[in-house]
Amino acid sequence: MYIIVVGAGKVGWNLARELLEKDHEVTLIENNRRRYLTVEQELEHNITYGDASELWVLERAGVQRADMVIAVTGDDEDNMLICQVAKQKYLVGQIIARVNNPRNRQHFDLLGIKPSVSATDLILRLLEHEVPEYGLVHLLDLQEEQLEIIEMLLGSDSAVTGRRVGDLQMPEGSLLISVLRAGKGFVPTADTVLEEGDEVLAVLDPGKEDDLKTLFGPESNGSNGG
Amino acid sequence: MLILIVGCGRVGSSVARAMLREGHEVSCLDEDPESHARLEVGLEKSWEDLGGQFTVGAGLETEALVAAGIERADAFIASTDGDNTNIVIAQIAQKRYEVPTVIARVLDPLRAEWYQRQGLHTVCPTSVAIDMLESAVRKGAEGAGPPDGAAEAA
Repeated sequence: MYIIVVGAGKVGWNLARELLEKDHEVTLIENNRRRYLTVEQELEHNITYGDASELWVLERAGVQRADMVIAVTGDDEDNMLICQVAKQKYLVGQIIARVNNPRNRQHFDLLGIKPSVSATDLILRLLEHEVPEYGLVHLLDLQEEQLEIIEMLLGSDSAVTGRRVGDLQMPEGSLLISVLRAGKGFVPTADTVLEEGDEVLAVLDPGKEDDLKTLFGPESNGSNGG
Repeated sequence: MLILIVGCGRVGSSVARAMLREGHEVSCLDEDPESHARLEVGLEKSWEDLGGQFTVGAGLETEALVAAGIERADAFIASTDGDNTNIVIAQIAQKRYEVPTVIARVLDPLRAEWYQRQGLHTVCPTSVAIDMLESAVRKGAEGAGPPDGAAEAA
């Protein structure tokens, strides 16, 4: 694949390096001369100097034949514009934009710039993962598909511990897709019996979390969790 | 008619004063509180006394746009010093708030032209300057004499 990465900051530089290692053809575009000269020592001809929001700079980098444009500068307006132009003017098949300020995500959505990735949001997710409040963790929001994937850790007090998957009354619009037990993952069958310490993954329609929480949560309602 | 101007530099502030003088309701939004002083250059009373509104904030901040009155604006002018900012906030005014008249100042002729074709009203001062310079040079060359003819034409 031919991939253009815009912005040679920490994110862009490392991304370009990883993509090159995976044998992709990569052009990194950086508009700060000093930064460009630093990165150029390592990436050589895989980096070019210029402001990628200038159309001729994108064209010089070969945007017409690019399979993917990834905009990861520190400026949300620049990332939005570059991705919008790449997608709508140059018909690049795949774009990815970095959101610096999570409050700007709505603007990316409005302009049809998807997917957009926000480091702040990712760190928040990671925090949720490390400090699960309800034993229920958001792994992924598939916004386009209107689906979410969540992870739940089954405690000894979980209402489903010791029960057959086939006997569970899963809420409509949810599906158990995987069980992680002792470091190994498998797809459960109706006969799988859930154990304490299992991490189960479920895919569900947004808004079904509460139903799942009730089903998989503690059996008694006198707990102080949540 | 309420006119919202985002970016109150030399261009934005001049347009703001002219529109206020013509009797329109004018609201300005700028990140820099100092821009307020620029608005009042040449005015005998304060901007607010003359009926103007000024809000400190960025054009991408929903709260700032709403505080500046975007929801009832009849016209929206994006005249910050960033082309990309102007293009993005003008599209927000157009698509999210459905402001009837939206104009973005874009210095880069290539971007101005492409977005114009996408249905965004762009004004490109660079193109205007290029045209003026070219015609001034041509006139000067035709006369092949003293440059005062060109100066008069300008």
